[in-house]
Amino acid sequence: MSMNTQGRPTGIGTLGTSASGSALLPDEPLLFEIGDTEHSGVDLPEVTLSSDRLGGFGRKSKLDLAGLTEPEAMRHYVRLSRLNHSIDSGMYPLGSCTMKHNPRLNEKMARLPGFSDIHPLQPVSTVQGALELMDQLSYWLMTLTNTAAVALSPKAGAHGELLGMMAIKAAQEAKGEAHRTIVLVPESAHGTNPATAAFLGYTVKPVPAKDDGTVDVEAVKAALSPDVAAIMLTNPNTCGLFELQVIEIAKAVHDAGAFFYCDGANFNAIMGVVRPGDLGIDAMHINLHKTFSTPHGGGGPGAGPVVLSEALAPFAPVPFIKRVQEGLELVEHVEGNALGRVTAFHGQMGMYVRALTYMLSHGADGLAQAAEDAVLNANYIKARLQHLFSVPFPDYPTMHEALFDDSFLKGTGVTTLDFAKAMIDEGFHPMTMYFPLVVHGAMLIEPTESESKQTLDRFCDVMAELATDAKAGNTDRFTAAPMKAPRRRLDETRAARQPILKWERLANLPQAAE
Amino acid sequence: MRYLPHSDHERADMLGVIGAANVDALFSAVPKSALKSFTLDLPAHSPEFLVEAHMRALAGKNHAAGDGPFFVGAGAYRHHVPATVDHLIQRSEWLTAYTPYQPEISQGTLQMLFEFQTQVAKITGMDVANASLYDGSTGTAEAVLMARRITRKNKVVLSGGLHPHYRDVVKAYLKDDADLVCLSPSPEGQGDILEQIDGNTAAIVIQTPDFYGHLRDLKAAADAVHSQGGLLIVVITEVVSLGLLEAPGALGADIVVAEGQSIGNALNFGGPYLGLMATKKDFIRQMPGRLCGETIDADGNRGFVLTLSTREQHIRREKATSNICTNSGLCALAFSMHMALLGEAGFTRLAKLNHANAIKLADALAGVPGVEVLNETFFNEMTIRVTQPAAGLVERLAQRGILAGVPASRLLPGEAGVENLIILAATELTTDADIAALVTALTEELA
Repeated sequence: MSMNTQGRPTGIGTLGTSASGSALLPDEPLLFEIGDTEHSGVDLPEVTLSSDRLGGFGRKSKLDLAGLTEPEAMRHYVRLSRLNHSIDSGMYPLGSCTMKHNPRLNEKMARLPGFSDIHPLQPVSTVQGALELMDQLSYWLMTLTNTAAVALSPKAGAHGELLGMMAIKAAQEAKGEAHRTIVLVPESAHGTNPATAAFLGYTVKPVPAKDDGTVDVEAVKAALSPDVAAIMLTNPNTCGLFELQVIEIAKAVHDAGAFFYCDGANFNAIMGVVRPGDLGIDAMHINLHKTFSTPHGGGGPGAGPVVLSEALAPFAPVPFIKRVQEGLELVEHVEGNALGRVTAFHGQMGMYVRALTYMLSHGADGLAQAAEDAVLNANYIKARLQHLFSVPFPDYPTMHEALFDDSFLKGTGVTTLDFAKAMIDEGFHPMTMYFPLVVHGAMLIEPTESESKQTLDRFCDVMAELATDAKAGNTDRFTAAPMKAPRRRLDETRAARQPILKWERLANLPQAAE
Repeated sequence: MRYLPHSDHERADMLGVIGAANVDALFSAVPKSALKSFTLDLPAHSPEFLVEAHMRALAGKNHAAGDGPFFVGAGAYRHHVPATVDHLIQRSEWLTAYTPYQPEISQGTLQMLFEFQTQVAKITGMDVANASLYDGSTGTAEAVLMARRITRKNKVVLSGGLHPHYRDVVKAYLKDDADLVCLSPSPEGQGDILEQIDGNTAAIVIQTPDFYGHLRDLKAAADAVHSQGGLLIVVITEVVSLGLLEAPGALGADIVVAEGQSIGNALNFGGPYLGLMATKKDFIRQMPGRLCGETIDADGNRGFVLTLSTREQHIRREKATSNICTNSGLCALAFSMHMALLGEAGFTRLAKLNHANAIKLADALAGVPGVEVLNETFFNEMTIRVTQPAAGLVERLAQRGILAGVPASRLLPGEAGVENLIILAATELTTDADIAALVTALTEELA
């Protein structure tokens, strides 16, 4: 290990130059290679414990936990941050992920001490403003979806799915129909849908799609039986299409005594324009971190409130808010509540503040305009690229996503993955790839309403140029990509076969086999 | 609308390229009966300053913890977060990045997660940690399911000292499960948990410091459950305690779950928080949630990727270890930054400071007539028994501007023997003046 002029170690694979060769994007060593156990960036008063109340459970070993002073920490995290793509720095057309602009007013509001510095268990009389905020958010969500109730507390979309399916299970048990053990899930569904159903002990039965990419009501009818508890349907679906027969499907499902769980991941396409309650849904989670723009933060936190129909409203979990004479009451216990509680405390308050701020900024008119612009943008991309790319489902206008398959790359030696990695070299984050599974080599592009026409045009120009180049046989540009990113392609097989999941001191490492 | 870039002129141009007469034509797949067939009783768009005024009015109706003496804990704790942390997490590249599925342009997030996993493994004394779960309560439910997968046994025993919300979440996840034993919450003990262990036991779940603040003997629990082939799941709601207490891994824990909010994250009325989960090497493939691992790129440079994803829902679908997808990325970042700023020296001192303030609080409370401190051991939180129902007392103290803790009955309604109990926490932010104000007010209210 050698030291550079800043006193930073530059050993263990921290090579001097990055793959991009950019002087402004230097590699950054691990925190443990910079700091040590004596450095700290927090000044705390001296404290001596003459005696303790730890009952002999005090720590005897060292933690070997590296610290950094404030300037070192600032530089470490600023340098690391520059190795990330972000929505603020460029288009992030990930289908199904809704990477839209994150207004900073939302961040500012979430940091008001009246929201950020209140404890979930302080007396309810001291947090009436917080309950009012949750009540207002609930009203917006129920109004936009035309539903009877909402459970705010789920921590993320998949957690909302879990809650929604728990409510369905509880409702059926209350009716004496616990024998319903099958859940229908279309093949195009998000992985979380079958995982959620299986988590609750249901058997997952796939439902095939028609050639046009939507679910056939006749196929649903054929799959329905007295043992079916629910269907989990995404609408608009993961191919970016509105389910043409959704009302008929809902009716068939209800006629069979089952419930309609709607995966609301794609609500951004229809907010303010279509109310899912009018389509016959019984439960739907809403990803506040997609539709209502709470930031994705590199993978979370999310928030997944679930709206519920009249039939499922009695099965909502605690907590919820009730209007009483003295103001708002937080109901934290209900004797005999079938579902109970899916998380400690009251859910993702920080996300509620951001989402409500976003809603108030847009208003009903702005939300509808945003949905329309999101759909307009996706159709614009589809229109501009369809002569070069292959469109698996051309029959109907797409909703908020443009889906292509890889047949246009047939015989070129370029795969969907190669194509995506080449986009990185052009400054764009790749689209969602190989999902939905029903399309071969899928490329799912979701521009969202946040992209300007100018950006969309540049994106389409680059995509067209790449497609033309692939077809012309210039494969190196694709198979070697990315070449301008902070890293070339990473060896994921190696990572999985010889998992290294934390940093170890060299002295503690087992002798390498190679 | 300030967030929407198109002019009407541009919209018209784009519709022209698409070949659609108007935007409604793009919604032609929607049944006519459902498309814009309603008027929403919602306000129209609003300028930034009006939205801000609306939100400030709501925030102004709440009593912020910093407004006066504050002793509320019971699973969420008020600590100081360095200004650097909140500044850094608002950088665009951290705040507005997605899950790092394209590792070549996500090395910042990935390296941070690798550092985070290392920090969590170190403080818990375990081999490996994941990249975070939603929070401590859901993490506990996941740990229980994980223990069942590992042991292929079913019985799970929850200590009476487990946070009641955590217990309720486990119950919801394991609905109607005859093999789930919840011992009754006693302010003095954790119930006869060791006697419940038998050959069918997958895991026992012990929280330390527990809901009432007592410290629990993990070594004895580990030995007892291991002798029957079961696992010890340790739950920690106050992660700062690990700065002073022996790491659970050193005492035989098999899975450690913790609420990480105390480091780097504000109270936020209960969320977003972050769940920490750490375990032994042999159990990695049964662990839920994202994992980040080290590898090399095509040029041989060190880099990081999400790995072992064959455990996860987007690959395994109904055969996944969990349905979890999202982690608590930004909260984990805040945790990791704050922990990096603390380092071993700062983390240890922070824990000492919390303990020292809690000793001051306990000793002061013990001197108030009508107050009995129940704890012989504690870290920064304790339970007192008073001579009248706690809920009304806490409410009256709140009216006097003092947030005096959590009445146990709020989390355990109807439970015998808890009506007069208050759970109080002290942290590095608790001052001598805060404690004096509480003592004065309590003395007057109880007189």
